Amino acid sequence: MRRSEAVALPLLALIAGLAAFGVFLLLLGKSPIDFYGYVYQAGFGSAFSWENTLSRAAPLLLAALCVAIPARLGLVVIGGEGAIVLGGVAAGVTGASFPGLGLGGIALMAVAGALTGALWIGAVGWMRVRRGVNETISSLLMAYIAIALMNHFVESVFRDPASLNKPSTAPLEEAYRLADMPGMAVHWGLGIGLVACIVSYIVMERTTWGFAARIVGGNVRAAQIQGLPTGRLILGFTALAGSFAGLAGMVEVSAVHGSANGSLAAGYGYTGILIAFLARHNALAIIPVAVLLAGFEASSGLVQRRLDLPDATMLVLQGLVFVAILVSETLVGRFRLFKPETWVRA
Amino acid sequence: MNGLDIGWWGVPIAIIGGAIRVSTPFIFVSLGECLTERSGRINLGLEGTLVFGAMAGYAVAFHTGSPWAGVAAAALAGMMFGLLHGWLCSLPKVNDIAVGIALMLFGTGIAFFFGKPYIQPVAPDLPAIPLGWWTDIPQLEAALRVNVLFVVGAILAFAMAWMFKATRIGLIVRVVGDSTDAARAMGLDPNWVRLWSTAAGGALAGIGGAYLSLYYPGSWNEGISSGQGLMAVALVIFARWNPINCLWAALLFGGAGALGPALQSVGVSEGYYLFFAAPYVLTLGLLVATSSPTQAISGAPGELSITK
Repeated sequence: MRRSEAVALPLLALIAGLAAFGVFLLLLGKSPIDFYGYVYQAGFGSAFSWENTLSRAAPLLLAALCVAIPARLGLVVIGGEGAIVLGGVAAGVTGASFPGLGLGGIALMAVAGALTGALWIGAVGWMRVRRGVNETISSLLMAYIAIALMNHFVESVFRDPASLNKPSTAPLEEAYRLADMPGMAVHWGLGIGLVACIVSYIVMERTTWGFAARIVGGNVRAAQIQGLPTGRLILGFTALAGSFAGLAGMVEVSAVHGSANGSLAAGYGYTGILIAFLARHNALAIIPVAVLLAGFEASSGLVQRRLDLPDATMLVLQGLVFVAILVSETLVGRFRLFKPETWVRA
Repeated sequence: MNGLDIGWWGVPIAIIGGAIRVSTPFIFVSLGECLTERSGRINLGLEGTLVFGAMAGYAVAFHTGSPWAGVAAAALAGMMFGLLHGWLCSLPKVNDIAVGIALMLFGTGIAFFFGKPYIQPVAPDLPAIPLGWWTDIPQLEAALRVNVLFVVGAILAFAMAWMFKATRIGLIVRVVGDSTDAARAMGLDPNWVRLWSTAAGGALAGIGGAYLSLYYPGSWNEGISSGQGLMAVALVIFARWNPINCLWAALLFGGAGALGPALQSVGVSEGYYLFFAAPYVLTLGLLVATSSPTQAISGAPGELSITK
């Protein structure tokens, strides 16, 4: 019953957030029915739209893990965007520097992206452990630094002289582009994201490390008294979280852009925060939530054209859903329906 | 600029001028955050408030023709965001850091949403005071054209320090920030005090946003704020929750932010993007240097979630 509350409340919050956005549209004289109709049509209405949605879900799955894993240790890390863009640059540069290795080259790019992300978010964990620096603020500052570094790398150090209009690193060879998974026009990034979610779930819920991490998240002092290496746990799990975000950057470079450029800063890191909160930081729950939000992103172009709305429409929608999910926290434990032990008295 | 060739002297002059120009939004946001945090709550959403204030201020100034009406509108909008944050946080079990993140995303989103039609039109600017009338060097004169809001912000810093030290309101805010239980024992309503401290903090952040769009850089676009709201939050920690220190820290940050454009003005373009990272690196460096893993930061309000 507790478990059904953990599913029902976020679902209720999601519906409330979407309804609030409907009211917002009504106030602007737009039809919410048309809006959600177009979202369904462009996000989930056909095989083609499903393929589009699932392709967009790939980086979101990984970006959400970068929030959800540290959250289990009680850390609010919101700078995944930084690990995504630098992971993408590292993967793009590695791929362009070591040509002709076939699948090994793709693996090398993945390692480069993951390692960069791990170092970047691991540094956030290090600052927390060694200096007591608040991880929310430091990770977001690091995201701004990362975007400045990316611009520097892409526009000067690693710039391909042939990229005139859009400064990029040298283009990847065809063999280094992630292929589509069998039977559908969705690249392997989705597979990587799904595996990452499943592995994270097993690590967090079914291993001793995950158990120790959750104790740290529940009560740091109790964890220290039990002799748990809290510092090393925080370092390890922030690095793991960062490696997933870095991998998201690699997927974007290898499967979508073909080289590292400014398009890497697409805001996946920020959408990932909302996904992780909606999924209550449960790695498996991230999968459906990420697909749902990817569907919204996939439909944003069509919705904006048909209803004549600005590009920030989805940001407003995400903001309202985010507020709704936080308000729902206050309702935890308030409903008798979810507490069978109180049914008798009713 | 056809008078004197002052060469490299242009760099420190441009940094001083830039520090004054760039620091103003930092002053307002950090004073607002300082007030909110002294009441025991953190508002990470001021980045969103800043951006929305910039948009609302610009739009109202454009429609009314008066930049001061724009500033007032930005303050009002910021207060609404502050009230929303304060109300959400007063609900049981709702975490103030998470609410801040949500409102940061929501504020930016809704500012971009309604701000789209105002990217093209030109709104009137806020007036500046020419404090550099005594000099013949055009660069120095330009650097010393100080905006009225900078002066207001500087005075406000001292006024707020006095408020915390010597007034009843200041004492109430401090008590609530240091101990919810002590405040309750005194018959104060901590949630009510925090609600209005957050609202006032939001209004100040809104004014900081109006400065961005109505004076420097002086136009509205989606890239108007690049984390100033967030840096201001970090800056309050560095300033140890002291309004006057907030003023000095804001000037320091403004100088760091002016480094890139200043070097560019004398022809240094190598590593241009890296200089944009300077204020963030400085912020992070100061946080690392001044935090401690073992003991609470001195001067921190007792009820503040990030330092507990």
